[in-house]
Amino acid sequence: MATTQAIDVVMPQMGVSVSEGTITKWLKQEGESVEADEPLLEISTDKVDTEVPSPGSGVLQQIVVPEGETVDVGTKLAVIAPEGAAEEPAAEEPERPPEPATQAAADESMAHASEGVGDVAPSAPAPERPSAPPPSENGKTFVSPVVARIASEHGVDPNQVQGTGAGGRVTKKDILAFIESGPPAPAEAPPEPAPAEAPEPAPEPAAPPAAAPAPPKPPPPKPEPVAAEPAAGQPGEILEPMNAMRRGIAEHMRRSLDTAAHVTSAIEVDMSKVVAIRAKLKKEYEASYGVNPTYLSFVARATVENLRDYPWINGEIRGDQIVTRNFVNLGFAVELADGKGLIVPVLKNAETLNLLGIAKGVTDLAARARDKKLLPEDVQGGTFTITNPGGYGTFHGTPVISQPQAAILGTYAVVKRPWVVQDEQGEDVIAIRPIMNLTLTYDHRLVDGALAGRFLRDLREKLQSWGQDKY
Amino acid sequence: MAEKTYLQAISDGLREEMRRDKRVFVIGEDVGVYGGAFKVTLGFQEEFGPWRVIDAPLAESAIIGGCTGAAIMGMRPVAEMQFADFISCGWDQLVTVAAKQRWRAGTPIPITVRLPSGGGFSGGPFHSQNPESSFAHIPGLKCVCPATPEDAKGLLASAIQDPNPVLYFEHKHLYRRIKGEVPDERITVPIGKARIHQEGEDLSVITWGAMVYTAAEAAQELAGDDVSVEIVDLRSVMPWDKAAVLESVRKTSKVLVLHEDTRTGGFGAEIAATIAEEAFEDLDAPVKRLAAPDTPVPFSPPLEKAFIPQVADVAAGLRELAEY
Repeated sequence: MATTQAIDVVMPQMGVSVSEGTITKWLKQEGESVEADEPLLEISTDKVDTEVPSPGSGVLQQIVVPEGETVDVGTKLAVIAPEGAAEEPAAEEPERPPEPATQAAADESMAHASEGVGDVAPSAPAPERPSAPPPSENGKTFVSPVVARIASEHGVDPNQVQGTGAGGRVTKKDILAFIESGPPAPAEAPPEPAPAEAPEPAPEPAAPPAAAPAPPKPPPPKPEPVAAEPAAGQPGEILEPMNAMRRGIAEHMRRSLDTAAHVTSAIEVDMSKVVAIRAKLKKEYEASYGVNPTYLSFVARATVENLRDYPWINGEIRGDQIVTRNFVNLGFAVELADGKGLIVPVLKNAETLNLLGIAKGVTDLAARARDKKLLPEDVQGGTFTITNPGGYGTFHGTPVISQPQAAILGTYAVVKRPWVVQDEQGEDVIAIRPIMNLTLTYDHRLVDGALAGRFLRDLREKLQSWGQDKY
Repeated sequence: MAEKTYLQAISDGLREEMRRDKRVFVIGEDVGVYGGAFKVTLGFQEEFGPWRVIDAPLAESAIIGGCTGAAIMGMRPVAEMQFADFISCGWDQLVTVAAKQRWRAGTPIPITVRLPSGGGFSGGPFHSQNPESSFAHIPGLKCVCPATPEDAKGLLASAIQDPNPVLYFEHKHLYRRIKGEVPDERITVPIGKARIHQEGEDLSVITWGAMVYTAAEAAQELAGDDVSVEIVDLRSVMPWDKAAVLESVRKTSKVLVLHEDTRTGGFGAEIAATIAEEAFEDLDAPVKRLAAPDTPVPFSPPLEKAFIPQVADVAAGLRELAEY
């Protein structure tokens, strides 16, 4: 139906938390006629990019906001005039100037226009609930401290919860009920992996037995709906509140297992060469630089080198894209001094560091982590992580990937073991060798078992053939 | 067990302490021959004699100063201020001497000061105040504010056996209005332990003294709207039961702090600040305070009604929180 009077087109509200939008393209030019519901322009907001349908039929009389500009929700973008109105003498419609002359007029025309948009735009995504909380001046809805805490503990976006408080505010009860009833999907759910991917090839025959991929773990159970009230302590039990770090670890670990398809492969490495070189370097490094070249430094150096050849293992799934990089920001899991937490400081641009540089960097980060002197940027931006539980003698583990990375390397104790080697005549003999197990826990969504196997094989080669040139 | 008024519970509790411990004596204005302005010590002089039920001159400074000296000498005096308001005359002896003696010299000062306090009967500005926050602020003093007959008896016994000066605020408006079961045997109620007057899930009211009953009536009104209110009766204002308050706040996440004393610098401010500091991440609404306005207590009944928080005021405050 053709419009009988001029209608304003306004920037629509594209989500509760969206306060502004950018005009990316006008699909009609001034003077062109347009049908109701016909796409009129394209906008981009921080939530969605979408087309805005015309609120009525007529002629696009005036474009108020040009392409490229960002305006608040509700701002007048254009005027649709009745068909033929443009040709009529302006004197016949003096009561409706092209620009509202007063704030009151502007508000009124805006109100009319938004009614129009709401009524005739069935294709607009997610119609707003009438009770949705009005965004505050900064465009964000108010979230009370307890709701914010519950939301972060459960990885829920409070904007997804229907609020019953004042002005549609999400109350504690609302969010607890939402969590208990089970949200449709976790807020940070990753996209489904492409189903058409070829099945994983069998492990290479050359791969040593220990490198055979571990059977994938069963899919992690859905997070238990959390009871609204924690159970009271039983006799003999002691209750203590979780601190922020423990909550963060708990949330991250759960989310990582819910996000990535964790698989762990392991390999045994003969560290004879590394042990010999380390013994030689140790005195020199300690005397000249005050740094201990730990086994971890050697493994880290070899890993960085190896990651050049395996960009996906240094990569990330971001949306439906695969991210690879020409740099390695190497994270190290560090236990805090009180044994009640861990933190993963990141050695930036580890690909630029030699063994000494890595040893110094690791020593510095670990010390600052234990002294709580890390800066926020020290724990951000990791692309691959090494965890070293071997200090206590463990020889195997299945660590959890630090999201959004693709894999984590576990290093374990160097243990002297009877080892079959070949003597000068090529005969098999049993020798005593320092052996270290390495595990690679990888996200099978991105990294296949064979790729992980080759990564571990090459890493083993680098460590077993360590020479002077690798310093 | 027998049903007793709040007043009878105080009187019986005091008599019991005097019977079991000869160090306990009573001193105050008109406590002897006349039996006290509110008849708490009626018949005491006949039973215990004029040396243990002493009519003091109109000099609160002398009463508290005398008690402090007697306490140093090993007695357990119970002083009665005829009205809590009059304690200002004894401020120096109480705050400068009694509160600091143990800190200064290591001498315990086991005195109890009974303070008939509170309004609601057109007593005007000199006979209606609730000065507990002034003394809660003084290190070395304890302040208890029983709301039920049982607590009145139990807290009085605890106050008398406590080695520190304890201010015992007995609310005049509860004297004959409130009845309850009181154990016949001697009981003590620990100082610094709150009591859950009623359990609830949605809102917490933190209060004490006569306001416990105002809160309970207001909660009754909200029960019709399916809002369940937890009422925490603090019982002691100093030391106060922070753990019980925080536990209730963690449960309901919405809290109203209610008292009859005036608002600014009232003890509710301390409670609200502590909740904001220690339970911030458990709050689902701003901590709300409801108290008397910052004026002297008016004589005029309509004005006094406007001054003291009424059931309707508390119900409105609770509704506001429920709807937040």
